[in-house]
Amino acid sequence: MNYFPDEVLEHVFDFLTSHRDRNAVSLVCSLWYRVERFSRQRVFIGNCYAISPEKLITRFPGLKSLTLKGKPHFADFNLVPPDWGGYVQPWIEALAKSRIGLEELRLKRMVVSDESLELLSRSFANFKTLVLVSCEGFTTDGLAAIAANCRFLRELDLQENEIDDHSGHWLSCFPDSCTSLTSLNFACLKGEINLASLERLVARSPNLRSLRLNRAVPLETLQKILMRAPLLVDLGTGSYVHDPDSETYNKLKTTILKCKSIRNLSGFLEVAPRCLPAIFPICLNLTSLNLSYAAGIHGSELIKLIRHCAKLQRLWILDCIGDKGLEVVASTCNELQELRVFPSDPFGVGHDAVTEIGLVAISIGCPKLHSLLYFCQQMTNAALITVARNCPNFIRFRLCTLDPTRPDPETMEPLDDGFGAIVQSCKFLRRLSLSGLLTDQVFRYIGMYAEQLEMLSVAFAGNSDKGMLYVLNGCKKLRKLEIRDCPFGNMALLSDVGKYETMRSLWMSSCEVTLWGCKTLAKVMPRLNVEIINEHDQMEICPEDGQRVEKMYLYRTLVGPRKDAPEFVWNL
Amino acid sequence: MSPENGKHLPESDATGLNLKETELTLRLPGETRGDIEIKAKSGTKRGFSQIIDLNHDRSSDVHEHDDRGCDKLENETLALQPPAAKAQIVGWPPVRGFRKNAMKSFKFVKVAVDGAPFLRKLDLELYSSYQELLCAFDNMFSCLTICNYLNEKKLMDTANGVEYVPTYEDKDGDWMLVGDVPWKMFVESCKRLRLMKSSEAIGLAPRTPQQSASTS
Repeated sequence: MNYFPDEVLEHVFDFLTSHRDRNAVSLVCSLWYRVERFSRQRVFIGNCYAISPEKLITRFPGLKSLTLKGKPHFADFNLVPPDWGGYVQPWIEALAKSRIGLEELRLKRMVVSDESLELLSRSFANFKTLVLVSCEGFTTDGLAAIAANCRFLRELDLQENEIDDHSGHWLSCFPDSCTSLTSLNFACLKGEINLASLERLVARSPNLRSLRLNRAVPLETLQKILMRAPLLVDLGTGSYVHDPDSETYNKLKTTILKCKSIRNLSGFLEVAPRCLPAIFPICLNLTSLNLSYAAGIHGSELIKLIRHCAKLQRLWILDCIGDKGLEVVASTCNELQELRVFPSDPFGVGHDAVTEIGLVAISIGCPKLHSLLYFCQQMTNAALITVARNCPNFIRFRLCTLDPTRPDPETMEPLDDGFGAIVQSCKFLRRLSLSGLLTDQVFRYIGMYAEQLEMLSVAFAGNSDKGMLYVLNGCKKLRKLEIRDCPFGNMALLSDVGKYETMRSLWMSSCEVTLWGCKTLAKVMPRLNVEIINEHDQMEICPEDGQRVEKMYLYRTLVGPRKDAPEFVWNL
Repeated sequence: MSPENGKHLPESDATGLNLKETELTLRLPGETRGDIEIKAKSGTKRGFSQIIDLNHDRSSDVHEHDDRGCDKLENETLALQPPAAKAQIVGWPPVRGFRKNAMKSFKFVKVAVDGAPFLRKLDLELYSSYQELLCAFDNMFSCLTICNYLNEKKLMDTANGVEYVPTYEDKDGDWMLVGDVPWKMFVESCKRLRLMKSSEAIGLAPRTPQQSASTS
């Protein structure tokens, strides 16, 4: 190893694309550590509080691409109060002060302000890519700054963010000299858009390959845009509503025929089903279809559409497709690898919901399936056992029964054996979410068989501490564990305190863990931040050690307790 | 504000669950008891009283601002509610907030005011009663204030004293006076709104303050 000059090592490391491989390489010896750190360009930080921006900058002076995640996953489901944290501002400030030539920033579940976006846009001359997923705290004014100041912007990708829409003008802020856009996604914006600006922007972006529009973009504009961008690979329609007998619609039909490159299709936020035939010609080429926001397409129209999509590898759909619709998917989409079925009525009873029947059909027709997110009315052990047998390649398996503790309706048994079959059969399973009536037994199975499991989400399950212990002891590769409403307490929490330093984080809410348990853990493990979230007044005045903790979030960190914690978050 | 559709809290009665036939139900016009039964099937959840955030049908927002911890008695009383009161566990099903909001139904309708050059739009799904709708008009059109002394549902331009009466176009294309039918029925059938000058609405608008049996 000492015989190679640094440049050769560096060149070899170039071939390592995964973060894990590069991380592993840096641990070999100090020479490799040094070469690796100077040549590293892409860094992924799964928990923004695990490290400080200053330390990051010191170690990786050549940083070009940064990915940061902020709030815990359960924040997506309203379990984390607002103002909890996850601010990107300190990161951008630190990077701006340094000599880092940042080109890409990808953020998930972080709080982003207009000020942050403005600073970002002015600080990095070569900034190219901004991807924001499930973020909040900014307005279209921040987007205007990005548009106006990032001269070489290629990607602006906004996914499911809560953005205060001050409407219209931000798109006009892209200067006429900006011709470098390859990807623009503003589907999550709720406000109006300057359509003329949009058309001009598309017209001067010859490299545009991905475009996802919001609800405010009507079909007429879609047609004009497609005329200008026939090489699009990824399209998200806005409002797809028109009179199918109109000239505009006929123009659209002709224009779409020229768009032979489209492989991903999404949108249909508003839709007139009679206009769907215009897209049938491109359906055959689709590998990815996201209709999970297309509440207006259902029944026979939905099925007709699916029948055209024989090459689908990824399908996101609403449960109004029904078991019958899933049977059509199973017979049509034999290349399917990823399926997500979302509830169309997240607040209600879900008459249209799917059941185990649909899932079994899918498992028969789609043997390549490896990722599943399935919200369903009910599930049976027999079905899960069948699915496990038919699809042994699952990497991600997330099942959600709309009633969280529903047993197998045929036998009234818990779903332990069904999930047991899944973990036993799917040897590469990395992510698992459980639901339905579940006892400690399912955790015993998970501990025994889920050797590659990295992330586990549990709700309303188990009988005793044993459940959690099985998982902590058995799953050697566990990185993220999130638990809500389970009878797991201090005994389980404190059984293997060293385990948590091998994990990114642990979330426990509405469990049996007490303040004493959390304090004890915090005392013993200084390199963990053990945070308690108190939303009720009871804790403030005289918190007793014996009191149950409503929400606990602990994570390993190199930088101690965070300084931006709000009043209701206690670091023990 | 009295609840919509004549829904009442039943007397606390532990045996209420057995008296299905005499049970008060929340029923929309045209709905049969059978429909209610289907909704009831996955209704009652045991053991979640501490975490249930009972979210009624939007027609009554009486409990909308409650803390998450409803007291137990209230829960039991409400558990005897007609099944249309949907029980929600916080954060379940685990669907991202953005997606949940996106799946909420919208009902945007155009609102025209006689004499004004521009129309506005509002989402009827945001409101659960005629009173709220009037407030929305009040907010949206700064020159108008509600004068609704005895359920007349009128608005007045304070600058010139001109009175307006809200009317709407229904699915059949007919122009109707706002307020005659139950709120939900109105939302379902309303295609657009027009605030018509009272003077033009002769014969339509209430002449004098009337005793009105309709709910606000």
